[in-house]
Amino acid sequence: MSVTVPATALPSSAEHLSPGRLAWQRLRSNRMAMAGLAFLVFFSGLCLTGPWFSPYGFQEQPLIAEGATPPGAQHWLGTDHRGRDLATRLFHGGRISLLVGLLATAVSLTIGVAYGALSGFLGGKTDSAMMRFVDILYALPFTVFVILLMVFFGRSLVLLFLAIGAVEWLTMARIVRGQVLSLRQRAFVEAARILGQRPGKLLSGHILPNAAGPIIVYTTLTIPNVMLLEAFVSFLGLGVQPPMSSLGLLINDGATSMEGAPWLLIVPGLAFALTLFSLNFLGDGLRDAFDPRTGK
Amino acid sequence: MLIYIARRFLEALPVLFLVVTACFFLLRLAPGGPFSAEVDIPAATLARMEAHYGLDRPLFLQYTSYLGNLVQGDLGPSYHYPTRTVNEIIRDHLPISLELGLWGLLVALLVGIGAGVVSMVRPDSWLDSLPMGGAMIGICLPTFVLGPLLVLVFSLWLGWFNATGWNTAGDRVLPALTLGLFYAAYIARLTRGGMREVIGQDFIRTALAKGLPRGKVLAKHALRPGILPALAFLGPAAAGLLSGSFVVETVFHIPGLGREFVNAAFNRDYTLVLGVVVLFAAMILLFNLLVDIGQVLLNPRQRFE
Repeated sequence: MSVTVPATALPSSAEHLSPGRLAWQRLRSNRMAMAGLAFLVFFSGLCLTGPWFSPYGFQEQPLIAEGATPPGAQHWLGTDHRGRDLATRLFHGGRISLLVGLLATAVSLTIGVAYGALSGFLGGKTDSAMMRFVDILYALPFTVFVILLMVFFGRSLVLLFLAIGAVEWLTMARIVRGQVLSLRQRAFVEAARILGQRPGKLLSGHILPNAAGPIIVYTTLTIPNVMLLEAFVSFLGLGVQPPMSSLGLLINDGATSMEGAPWLLIVPGLAFALTLFSLNFLGDGLRDAFDPRTGK
Repeated sequence: MLIYIARRFLEALPVLFLVVTACFFLLRLAPGGPFSAEVDIPAATLARMEAHYGLDRPLFLQYTSYLGNLVQGDLGPSYHYPTRTVNEIIRDHLPISLELGLWGLLVALLVGIGAGVVSMVRPDSWLDSLPMGGAMIGICLPTFVLGPLLVLVFSLWLGWFNATGWNTAGDRVLPALTLGLFYAAYIARLTRGGMREVIGQDFIRTALAKGLPRGKVLAKHALRPGILPALAFLGPAAAGLLSGSFVVETVFHIPGLGREFVNAAFNRDYTLVLGVVVLFAAMILLFNLLVDIGQVLLNPRQRFE
């Protein structure tokens, strides 16, 4: 059983809004965050549907490659040195990057929330031991581990996002643990406990839903970090493998051929930077929206 | 304080031990060996090579002898370069990476703290929004985008610097900027946040009320407590500078240890990979210790505990 206050007990004024609606209103008044959201919707929409409208296949290349052609009427964003259409490759690469970003974030979210919630809920010696472990992991060069995993266990997509997710959960664990620690002391949790709620249900049904705000905010801020790591690994040639493309791989291609064909570097670099830009602004906006006291 | 440092060193040892152990077994469990990537080697030759490097012995014995050599500072022979040891490779390439890292750190600190302080001279004016907008752009331009872009603009289009190499003083400029600017952006935001909090406090108001010029108050009274958040970030930043050096050294063809590490990973050069990982972990642990000491020195209220 849960201890929710019946809706009728609240003052039924027209101004009463649920926390979610209130946060949305605050977010909507944040111009940069909304611009970020708009760009994200636009870019992911392009990545999802773009390849269907494009007349070119993403690894389709002419029999006689004429070298890279600059952006023009036939190829809006130009072609690479093999004559492949850059726009199509960008959409496909964006798909992979966004997909890896979301899946790896989901992995890190799962590990981070489970670990942090458990640590905060158990408290005491277990808590300090678990957090000491996180402190230790913080001090280690994790990019190196991702590189090692990718090199020695094959460069598959699944492994890539598992590896990235397994590395990026530390901050999430800290945040969730802090939330759980303070929520655990609150009266409504105490009430539920006295009413005989089992510990597992107490955690999942009463404590975690109240920590949803910070979790959502930090998840948004994790996605750019994850995408950064994916692009980094792909840039070094250890992540997504050709002929598949990802934004990191496209940037690497562009960097090798920028002397004659600078658009090959500028276009994917700009797309990647704008995506990170948008995600960061959206994350900042969400933080201000969910918790107006922090921020700035 | 000496006791504190000694204790931190003792704490770091088991961490290093865990890193060595985990990486050692991770590498050995991976499918394929250091010689499997090359063209077909006759079985007899392969067996002789493995015997030469002791790879035919039981895994646990290999592990203990590696640990034994490690304690004596011997990281073993390289599997890829038959005539060289890992120690030699590190000795040749580490100084270059260290120099690059120091320049990068310098850029990050000078630009970052500078921008953070300037933004607080007149908060919420263009003097604030300009550096902070720049910082936001910096955060969204990771090293592997910024590096090629800088090369494109400053060496291919303007011709001011060499695109690659590590010979003249000018060759240091673009790599250091590439490595440092990303962290400068973070440090600028953290410094601004820290300063903003400090400026609201009473002792700053007192100093201003006494008639001290605002610039002096910012530089002398507000800076020291204000850069504490930025200083705490330097620990993670050191790890980031390290991985950034992989990219920067690849982009600019700098013969540093980062590029050597990426190559070693491709070549499946187990001993070199392992040696470099151990070295990196040790360096990061050391740097974190230095950051913690620096924090206490800047903030006497915090004690060595």
